[in-house]
Amino acid sequence: MFYVSVFFQYMAQYMKTKLQYRTDLLIEWLSDLMAQAVNLVFLLVVFGHTTLLHGWSRDEILFIYGFFLVPYAVFGAFFNLWDFNERYIVQGEMDRVLTRPLNSLFQIVLERMELESLLGAVPGLIIMLYAGSRLSLSFHWYDVFVFILFVIGGALIYAGIFISLATISFFADARTSIMPMMYNISSYGRYPIDIYHRVIRYILTWVLPFAFVGVYPAAYFLDKKEWYSYAFFTPVVGMVCFTVSVMLWNAGVRRYRGTGS
Amino acid sequence: MGKYVEMVRIRFLMMLAYRTNYYTGILIYAINIAAYYFLWSAIYGGKSSMQGMSLGQMTTYVAISWLARAFYFNNLDREIAMEIRDGKVAIELIRPYSYLGMKAVQGLGEGLFRLFFLSLPGLFFVSLFLPLQFPGHAKTWLAFGLSLLFSFIIFSELNLLAGVVTFFTFRNEGLLRAKRFIIDLFSGLILPLSFYPDWAQQLMAYMPFQAISYIPSMIITESFQGAAVSDGLFTQAAWCVLLLFPIALLWRVAKKRLVVQGG
Repeated sequence: MFYVSVFFQYMAQYMKTKLQYRTDLLIEWLSDLMAQAVNLVFLLVVFGHTTLLHGWSRDEILFIYGFFLVPYAVFGAFFNLWDFNERYIVQGEMDRVLTRPLNSLFQIVLERMELESLLGAVPGLIIMLYAGSRLSLSFHWYDVFVFILFVIGGALIYAGIFISLATISFFADARTSIMPMMYNISSYGRYPIDIYHRVIRYILTWVLPFAFVGVYPAAYFLDKKEWYSYAFFTPVVGMVCFTVSVMLWNAGVRRYRGTGS
Repeated sequence: MGKYVEMVRIRFLMMLAYRTNYYTGILIYAINIAAYYFLWSAIYGGKSSMQGMSLGQMTTYVAISWLARAFYFNNLDREIAMEIRDGKVAIELIRPYSYLGMKAVQGLGEGLFRLFFLSLPGLFFVSLFLPLQFPGHAKTWLAFGLSLLFSFIIFSELNLLAGVVTFFTFRNEGLLRAKRFIIDLFSGLILPLSFYPDWAQQLMAYMPFQAISYIPSMIITESFQGAAVSDGLFTQAAWCVLLLFPIALLWRVAKKRLVVQGG
């Protein structure tokens, strides 16, 4: 209960500071939109030259992309860990966090939340509606709940992977240049998994399970029956991924010694 | 001149202290390029060529583009913005060197480091298991080397320009992010510009971004032949010179307007 009340207090503070700088908010949202536009342009240009990607049509691939944007927006709103090393280890902010009677990861999540990222889900939903209507997909009443479950699973997978990457900072005190490349790799989960060599398919499914944030869950809504078993596995993978990362985090915090300044 | 060379050396050594990071970097790069290769294989779907490029050329294009990026990429715009916000820029300005010149050579030091510790080993590693096609002519390699140097200059000039704008706006996080995506999209990094619709290609021909990634990658894959190579190099050289003017102009005004808040 304590955690819930702290969460809402942080959220209220957050709203106040953000609304103070409204133009910044708008610019941030626009630049997020542009980041997504880059991927969309890639898809549209490529499908200007071909009609099928290993048996998947343009609209199906667009649908996967639209779906991906929703868990990604949830992830982006709560897990801004990309500058964790710089901000918390090098500048010593971690010391401050550790003196407080609250889980350190939870505090950092609260401090770094960017609720406006949730707006990124809107273009995702629009793309899904557009592609879905062109494919004339049929939906059931319970699909809404399946969708929410898959979104949570996907966001937890992203969170798990990026929390694990952030924990590297506890063990090796050096700058990590891995994060931007990881963002790149994550984009491969948005394409039909059967186009890849089995090694990469294995990596994207079991090592860095980005396929569970794109093609697998989306396949459920696209009525691709052969991928159903993977699709329903999404929340499980999310839970496992997240739990492992929290364990890694706690192990890392125990090793943390501070930079001394 | 000596102090600038020394700065390149210092930056290189600074990066060397963190070299272990780059071994993991190479592995992740390899996964990246391999996945790209399969994606493009699926896009080709058995076609022998698209827009005049074979699958082998496309794979090489992608692999080289990302490795070239490791060389020309730097965060000079962010560094300048940060120094303005912290007020450190005041100290920098009274030092006996050109502030922008010093920033540029720092970028070169970092770039050279990544070229030797990330790009070259990465390229070697990837070429072990992917069908990359490298040109046999020494002339192509020479043209590519020159082209890559131009890429670095143009990319750094754009960064300096964006950095100097911070002198006027104080906060321009949005502008810097927007610049980054424009470069990703219009430089030919994510896909060759020849794949875009004609109207977009015509528009991009008037912008400096194609000179960053598209031209060197087209040269090394031999997608540019004969006159196209020298035309490409000429375009790059022209942009190197042209971009100097707005930088010099803004810089002169910026120095006078500078307000340091605390520090």
